[in-house]
Amino acid sequence: MVGLEHYLGVAAALFVVGIFGIFLNRKNIIVLLMSIELILLAVNINLVAFSTHLGNLQGQVFTMFVLTVAAAEAAIGLAILVTFFRGRGSIAVEDVNVMKG
Amino acid sequence: MSVAGVVFYIFALTVLAGGVFTVVSRNPVHSVLWLITAFIGATGLFVLMGAEFLAMLLMIVYVGAVAVLFLFVVMMLDIDFAELKAGMAKYLPIALLIGVILLIELAMIFGTWVAADGVTLLARPEAGEIANTEALGRVVYTEYLLLFQLAGLVLLVAMIGAIVLTMRHRKDIKRQNVVMQMQRDPKAAIKLVDVKPGQGL
Repeated sequence: MVGLEHYLGVAAALFVVGIFGIFLNRKNIIVLLMSIELILLAVNINLVAFSTHLGNLQGQVFTMFVLTVAAAEAAIGLAILVTFFRGRGSIAVEDVNVMKG
Repeated sequence: MSVAGVVFYIFALTVLAGGVFTVVSRNPVHSVLWLITAFIGATGLFVLMGAEFLAMLLMIVYVGAVAVLFLFVVMMLDIDFAELKAGMAKYLPIALLIGVILLIELAMIFGTWVAADGVTLLARPEAGEIANTEALGRVVYTEYLLLFQLAGLVLLVAMIGAIVLTMRHRKDIKRQNVVMQMQRDPKAAIKLVDVKPGQGL
């Protein structure tokens, strides 16, 4: 049977990949959002791994809430992106501070 | 190596390869497809851990909805992605540096990590009397009912927010005007004509 450490290792590596993606794709906000999804996925793997290895369902319940928030965040982020693109014709992150009120 | 070990390494490699190619792909459409690969790998890991319900949830919510949403946006917006990728080589050293530092930090945690006293780490996920989905349902609808409802509220707010943000009122199309419809009066709208046989109108 695969031990807890293996899952934690995968989750840690995935988390680092997500952070790496955020720094690598600083201009491309769509890939930034995808990197955030990867980070949240890594967190979910950690939560589920601990949940099953401790025999406690709390971790899985929390994973459900993380999934909910991640889905909501992706939807809102992409909606803002679409609105921004309609107004300016680009999604360059440097221009985003024009959204200040 | 046991069968579970082999399956674990296959799925783990799928997740990590998906993640890496998501962030380094030149074409965002490829990025989304690699993201889907990573999610499918994570689904496999969840099944292997015994969290079937969450695995299916991940498949339906992420692969079925979120990834498709990303695909829609990537394809709908006409963006010059070559220009966006231009700075990638410039950011690569700092990104690698931060990534490696973070990885070393996490590895250092691994070296010294121990479970607290009184905590028993199960060698394998507990194969309980009831299935994972049923067990999850029992706690979600009792202990975590409030949180569950609030999660629904978060989704509702996100849905309304996304609609409000992206809705455009176009002037040049016909719309339903409910008030006008309600105020229509049969006397003004209908004319009764007594048609004689053989004559027509």
